[in-house]
Amino acid sequence: MSDYPSNTVPETKMTARNVSVFYGAKQALKSVSIDVSREHVTAFIGPSGCGKSTFLRCFNRMNDTVESARVEGEIKLDGTDVYSPEMDVVQLRARVGMVFQKPNPFPKSIYENIAYGPRIHGLARSKADMDGIVEGSLRRAGLWDEVKDRLAESGTAMSGGQQQRLCIARAIAVDPEVILMDEPCSALDPIATAKIEELIDELRGRYAIVIVTHNMQQAARVSQKTAFFHLGTMVEYGDTSTIFTNPAESRTKDYITGRYG
Amino acid sequence: MPLSLIFLVLLGLGLGAFALGRSKGAAMASAPGAGGGGRIGSVHSRPNYHGAFVALVALAPALLLVASWAAVGDGVIAERVIASVPEATRPATELDRSAFMNEVQGLVSGDMEAGFNPDAEVAAKLFVTTRGTYNLIVGALAAALFAMGGLWAFSRLRPQFRARNSVERAVKWLLVASSLVAILTTFGIVMSLVFESFRFFQSVSPVEFLTGTTWSPQTAMRADQVGSSGAFGAVPLFWGTIFIGAIIAMVVAIPLGLMSAIYLTQYAPSQVRRYLKPLLELLAGVPTVVYGFFAALTVAPAVRDFAVSLGMTDASSESALAAGLVMGIMIIPFVSSMADDALTAVPQAMRDGSLAMGATRSETVRRVLVPAALPGIVGGVLLAISRAIGETMIVVMAAGLAANLEINPFKSVTTVTTQIVALLTGDQEFDSPKTLSAFALGLVLFVITLILNIYALSVVKKYREAYE
Repeated sequence: MSDYPSNTVPETKMTARNVSVFYGAKQALKSVSIDVSREHVTAFIGPSGCGKSTFLRCFNRMNDTVESARVEGEIKLDGTDVYSPEMDVVQLRARVGMVFQKPNPFPKSIYENIAYGPRIHGLARSKADMDGIVEGSLRRAGLWDEVKDRLAESGTAMSGGQQQRLCIARAIAVDPEVILMDEPCSALDPIATAKIEELIDELRGRYAIVIVTHNMQQAARVSQKTAFFHLGTMVEYGDTSTIFTNPAESRTKDYITGRYG
Repeated sequence: MPLSLIFLVLLGLGLGAFALGRSKGAAMASAPGAGGGGRIGSVHSRPNYHGAFVALVALAPALLLVASWAAVGDGVIAERVIASVPEATRPATELDRSAFMNEVQGLVSGDMEAGFNPDAEVAAKLFVTTRGTYNLIVGALAAALFAMGGLWAFSRLRPQFRARNSVERAVKWLLVASSLVAILTTFGIVMSLVFESFRFFQSVSPVEFLTGTTWSPQTAMRADQVGSSGAFGAVPLFWGTIFIGAIIAMVVAIPLGLMSAIYLTQYAPSQVRRYLKPLLELLAGVPTVVYGFFAALTVAPAVRDFAVSLGMTDASSESALAAGLVMGIMIIPFVSSMADDALTAVPQAMRDGSLAMGATRSETVRRVLVPAALPGIVGGVLLAISRAIGETMIVVMAAGLAANLEINPFKSVTTVTTQIVALLTGDQEFDSPKTLSAFALGLVLFVITLILNIYALSVVKKYREAYE
């Protein structure tokens, strides 16, 4: 399935081979294989219930938290199977960060929200270290100028768009290698959405980014690679420009042109 | 004719009224002019509503009459009976009158074979005949009201008559009345507490009661009696109550309850949770007197032996620690279930956010979930405290009666509830400060738990709003 032209293959960060996910007896994802590039933004698109979010949650083993979920197949981060014994889930999630559909800042101060990850993983040796990490993360998330004078205020008191950028800043505070975004703009207004998309573009190259979206224009705007999912299978995967202008599969074309979904 | 019979007859008649109204309603619905065939709108209400309307209008006034007579009737009859006694021997004081009437009632019911008072024998006969006459009058009046109401209601039945709306309104008022019963009863309890406490505070100053440190409620019955000074400083009682209910019990219940809630909500697989949670809540259904046995017979001796082994030779077998420990166990399901609610109310997204940062489960619980659920947990703890300080059986059986200001948990202390029980058990005169002090204690307990409950509920409510 990962049959994009070999001359454009960039360095692969994560690979999935024949990944299937079951919730109890129900199969939500059917044998999906994909390579995620280090330098690109990869978008997963498809109608609701197509398995794209389920697939995304395999990359940092968030499906572990769902009692009935069972994952089959192989997912590798830099060649190491994330489900193997030598991959600790705590370290995996430090290396593969995640941003959720609804902004979910902790009911703590802005500063403490950012400091949460570094504290857990012991990344800062001193208060000055931590201050630096907080400032750096907020700067990279484009939030520093808006919040630098109110770092002690609660993260839940900000606007929805600011909260989501705070969550992105929180994720990059532990300097991950991959950032997974699960429909990060679906709860935001168009202006906040534009800011997040801008931010994704700025973060590209520094982190491998995988974004799930049901907004096709968004996928077209922010991603270089797009995978189209339908009914638990990956229908097509390729360069975003190809998928949106000249899809190989008729199902992809129907979805892109708004025939269903 | 006894009132209960009148009551039953009325109910029977009510059934009849229902049947009549219903059949008229049914007849209207199937009448050819009404369109028939059960078309909606031809007859406004269904036959059952017509029947219920007739029965309600007929029954309500008649039953009200019978009920009010049942409430005041005995008083009216007693008045008549006492008035018939010759003036020379007529009971004069309130106490004499009630004693006399008790005797008369005893004779009437056959519990007593002969009266001490010759007048009572005469009065008993009069009582029976008077009661018979009055009941007959009431029965007749009730029947008349029933007939009037029933006929008027029956005459109003028309296809377009809105019987359903009237019945619905009656149902609403019935429900309002039912809920008022609970509220008015509470109000009555509070008023009686306040009233009796007021009588107590006429003989003992509130300041002495609330700040005094000596509790010795034995008052002299005779002026020359010795050793019954009567001191009503309730501070040792308040201290004992707080020491057992709010300190020792909470030291046990808060950590254990919170940790079991954390296990149940965050760690337990759903299968385990399904069986363990009801099992834990079963603890809340154990009668407190059983906890009392456990405290007095098992825990208290063990605590005393432990104290002795520590070198406290004067350790009491009734200790604050024994009562507090068992009360803490009793409160665990309460704390656990409140904490469970609070933790479950924290959005899943919060938990996911923390886990996705690479936090372990215990880090997530400690750093995100418990802080986020804290207001709910605090509210639950406050409710648990208010429950613990009002708890009676365990402390009566295990805490003892000595009103000590003592912070050694191996010593005996007493609580407000224990003292109330002690003050009101056995033969008591109801106008001595000793007995009345129980009401003042009850009032203090009531006010404290009320404040705790209101505050706790407002904390919990505010917290719920934050996540909706």
